[in-house]
Amino acid sequence: MEEAAITGRIISVNGPIVKAEGLVEISMFDIAEVGPDRLIGEVIRLEEDLAIIQVYEDNTGLKPGDEVRSYGRPLSVLLGPGLIANIYDGIQRPLIGIAESCENHTLMGIVDRCYIKKGIKIAPLDPEKKWDFKPTVKEGDIVREGSVIGELQETELVLHKTIVPPGIAGKVEFIAEAGGYSIEDSIYTVVQGKKNYNGKLADYWPVRKPRPFKSKKNPVTPLITGQRILDTFFPIARGGTAAIPGGFGTGKTMTQHALAKWCNADIIVYIGCGERGNEMTEVLNDFPRLVDERTGRPLMERTVMIGNTSNMPVPAREVSIYTGVTIAEYYRDMGYNVAVMADSTSRWAEALRELSSRLGDMPAEEGFPPYLATRLAEFYERAGLVETLSNEEGSITIIGAVSPPGGDFSEPVTQHTTRFIRCFWALDKILADARHYPSISWIESYTEYLNDIQEWWKELDSEWMTLRNDAMNILLEDTRLQQIVKLVGPDALPVSQRFILFCAEIIKNAFLQQNSFDPKDMYCSPDKQVKLLKAIICFFRKGKELLSCGLELSKLQSLDAVSEMVRLKSEIGNDEIEKIDAFIQRLESSLNSLKEEVNISHTPDFSKGKSVVKE
Amino acid sequence: MKSELEYTNLAGISGPLIFVQGVKGVGYGDLVEIRNGSGEVRTGQTLEVDEEIAVVQVFEGTTGLSIKGTRTTFIGKPLEIPTHREMLGRVFDGLGRPIDGAPQVISDLMMNINGLPINPYMREYPRDFIQTGISAIDGMNTLIRGQKLPIFSGSGMPHNRIAAQIARQARLLTAHEEFTVIFVAMGVKFDIARFFIDSLEESGVLPRSAVFLSLADAPSIERLITPRVALTLAEYLAFTEGMHVLVILTDMTNYCESLRELSSSRGEIPSRKGYPGYLYSDLASIYERAGRIQGAKGSITQIPILTMPSDDISHPVPDLTGYITEGQIVLERELFNKGVYPPIAGLPSLSRLMKDGIGEGRTRKDHAQVAAQLFASYAKVKRIRALAAIVGEEELSDLDKIYLRFGNVFEERFLSQGYNENRSIETTLDIGWEMLSVLPEEELYRISKEDIQRYYIPQKGDV
Ligand SMILES: Nc1ncnc2c1ncn2[C@@H]1O[C@H](COP(=O)(O)OP(=O)(O)OP(=O)(O)O)[C@@H](O)[C@H]1O
Ligand SMILES: [Mg+2]
Repeated sequence: MEEAAITGRIISVNGPIVKAEGLVEISMFDIAEVGPDRLIGEVIRLEEDLAIIQVYEDNTGLKPGDEVRSYGRPLSVLLGPGLIANIYDGIQRPLIGIAESCENHTLMGIVDRCYIKKGIKIAPLDPEKKWDFKPTVKEGDIVREGSVIGELQETELVLHKTIVPPGIAGKVEFIAEAGGYSIEDSIYTVVQGKKNYNGKLADYWPVRKPRPFKSKKNPVTPLITGQRILDTFFPIARGGTAAIPGGFGTGKTMTQHALAKWCNADIIVYIGCGERGNEMTEVLNDFPRLVDERTGRPLMERTVMIGNTSNMPVPAREVSIYTGVTIAEYYRDMGYNVAVMADSTSRWAEALRELSSRLGDMPAEEGFPPYLATRLAEFYERAGLVETLSNEEGSITIIGAVSPPGGDFSEPVTQHTTRFIRCFWALDKILADARHYPSISWIESYTEYLNDIQEWWKELDSEWMTLRNDAMNILLEDTRLQQIVKLVGPDALPVSQRFILFCAEIIKNAFLQQNSFDPKDMYCSPDKQVKLLKAIICFFRKGKELLSCGLELSKLQSLDAVSEMVRLKSEIGNDEIEKIDAFIQRLESSLNSLKEEVNISHTPDFSKGKSVVKE
Repeated sequence: MKSELEYTNLAGISGPLIFVQGVKGVGYGDLVEIRNGSGEVRTGQTLEVDEEIAVVQVFEGTTGLSIKGTRTTFIGKPLEIPTHREMLGRVFDGLGRPIDGAPQVISDLMMNINGLPINPYMREYPRDFIQTGISAIDGMNTLIRGQKLPIFSGSGMPHNRIAAQIARQARLLTAHEEFTVIFVAMGVKFDIARFFIDSLEESGVLPRSAVFLSLADAPSIERLITPRVALTLAEYLAFTEGMHVLVILTDMTNYCESLRELSSSRGEIPSRKGYPGYLYSDLASIYERAGRIQGAKGSITQIPILTMPSDDISHPVPDLTGYITEGQIVLERELFNKGVYPPIAGLPSLSRLMKDGIGEGRTRKDHAQVAAQLFASYAKVKRIRALAAIVGEEELSDLDKIYLRFGNVFEERFLSQGYNENRSIETTLDIGWEMLSVLPEEELYRISKEDIQRYYIPQKGDV
């Protein structure tokens, strides 16, 4: 089965970049096997008779003169059943398979199993596993590219559809009957003119080439994340793009993990790109145990992980995001809503920078190559709500973390990214230092999806937009007033403005803050979000009215209901929100009884003493 | 199969690099032995090879090398060191050669100093609480076995004392296991190394410690090897011998400067402040060697120390370190000037692995909430202090004044402690409650009613 190989020789080695000669007829982005260990590489540039290859594994020991071979195939991902619940490195080598391939049980063997050695070759998908396949077409049917020809249950959560690959169409000459098949078995044959296409359960697709679809559509459904500040204030649509920029320790990974756990996508592709090993381990430990509220199944059953950690070869980091997004497209083409988390796109950009500098490219800003922006655009462009080739709807939402040096958003990666995304979730170091989590700034963040998705929320509660805007205005007013407070202290403000500061504090504590470790609060259903907001805004509106009737602010501040309000989020679960209704009733009645008090003794507010400024 | 190739004369010398012409069969990353005219031997590593020239970095530096008469031998494998239990209780130079007068350790097990990336699937997530006896760390920035938690310091601040105190006091509550300490000095002065060695000796830890010294007077390129040599031994001790190893690396800023020097002599395009674009990946190849793995009993906990040039946390060295490590202990000049020891900053310090290592059955049930409340209340103190500086303390509300009082006792009683004071986690949390009890009960919104009832100490005259 070995095809004829093209061979050449190494003439120089500089880090992971190898130059080779003699590879005639090799094309850009073809895979090359480099040196005696046949390390995986990819042709990234061709210069006259030289091929420049980036090597995706540790290449110490490579020498000029070593052999390079190629089969003229582009670097590809194997797409088929078995991707879900798996974890791969940047070039789709299965990390579980790598560990299990070292069978040795001696102590050194145990230690050996824990490391990724170079030259390991393991198939991305288990070639022996039998899948219970059911055909959905008959012999003689006409199929087109994208047509579903059969199904199998990949995990309890994912019905895997076997699809005729792009570029193939014709009459089904053979289709396997229902039964157990491996990814190497022939499943169907399509007659295409004079040629026959022999289909299997799995197929290769080049990583750098987007998979085709019919058309892009305008996203209208929100991706519910269960994170209040995102869903209520800066929502993203299914098929949208978002960036999470922030300095170290501000909460990028925590946010990405929370989204991967709780967002209502069908499939999650989590790409750990140049980040910590332990963070991947954490996902691997948590996801099989965490249960999806809607389906009752472990979250792992809808998750594919790509882990190319910071200490793994840098070039593979550059490919990892393409590997991830190609897998996402594969599931999108089955008609699923896929969410891709990439943590961190800055490490990917740095890999690009490192490789381009070894190639001697002329750098643009901060050493990054001039094509950084183009590459970012191409990546985010692979998101979207589409009509698939088989006329279904599928979507890819891309959420990329950005790690700006020194937390300064004016650097090139953050700046270019903002041009290609429509949701900006800015993390704020000051909030993080004060342990206000998630530390997403309500001042710097924005979303462009609000208008597209508001109908969805209005269906849940017709008042949603008003509640949201009222709360947002309180927060914005608070920011403005804080500037004054910094100069003169809060007591110099009129009572109505002090009340705004007070309500903003409530919104921050009772609504915006959401601890990812709090079992009742880590996921907040849309219903609960609206109800919590209602309680706060009810307090705000009624309170304002009472103050204008002359109630003392301190009476409002010391209401028991206020300290209760801050605890609602973590004391009331998503399945008992009628308790929030009950709370709102109690709140209203205690406010009403304050009203009666005011009516009896009508005294203006001099509580905080001397400097009450006239409104 | 080992191929040895020897060449005479060099094609050039530039900074720490030498260029050897006419090489054949030299591998990228291969170890090189360099002999000058007088027969003195140095070690180097191939950074780049083509059909004509090999570029070699010389760890001992190139001072005293000449073009003529220098002989180079290419050994067809990367730099390896022997690993053995017997290396404990010993002192080595920056390349892992003994400098304590005793002979070189013999071992059959030679290991590549660059190690291999750990498969994330085979890592064990770190969860075991290490009691350091320092309240600011145990209470609010808990150290976990297998964590990488750096100390961000500034010149003149007591980072070395804190690290020595941790090395001396570190205990696991669950098991009575002692830590093995590996101390790695990079570009620091002899007196600092002396201080550590003495401190390890006094506390009886020295016999189960290994010391690697690449001091300020050693060639700067050597420092690029030192942490790798030390971590190779650490990996052997932790994962093969099952020990719990605490690795203290000081000073990572010096390490990064050496890397910058090497990069600039190779003519590479610099990124921020002249540091190479791959500084992040290079640091990760050191820090990611911390952790635990499945099936092995031991662990590697790293405490890298770095001084922030002009106390600037956004400088590339602390910045990129923070992006890799699992939190950071930040020392604060203001506290230091106030005489607080240890001057551990309340807000920018963070331990990311704390969440899984504390709570019922590990430390105490109220731990997480007490820590969260201390952070939140102290953050408020900082805001009020800023305000007081403008409007004057008298103008503050009564509540704000209480907060100021809380801030002061927090710094004096909770943060401050003696260099020899070893507090149990209970003591730390109890002091925490004492501090929180300065505040009115309603202010403790991060704590459950139940815990408030149990631990809150009502002030006299409050009821
Ligand atoms: N929503 C949250 N709930 C509770 N804690 C949080 C939350 N967000 C962040 N944190 C805290 O902040 C720490 C750092 O968060 P995270 O690891 O996500 O930072 P990061 O931005 O990914 O940093 P880096 O760039 O270094 O990877 C966490 O370990 C956790 O302690
Ligand atoms: Mg992160």
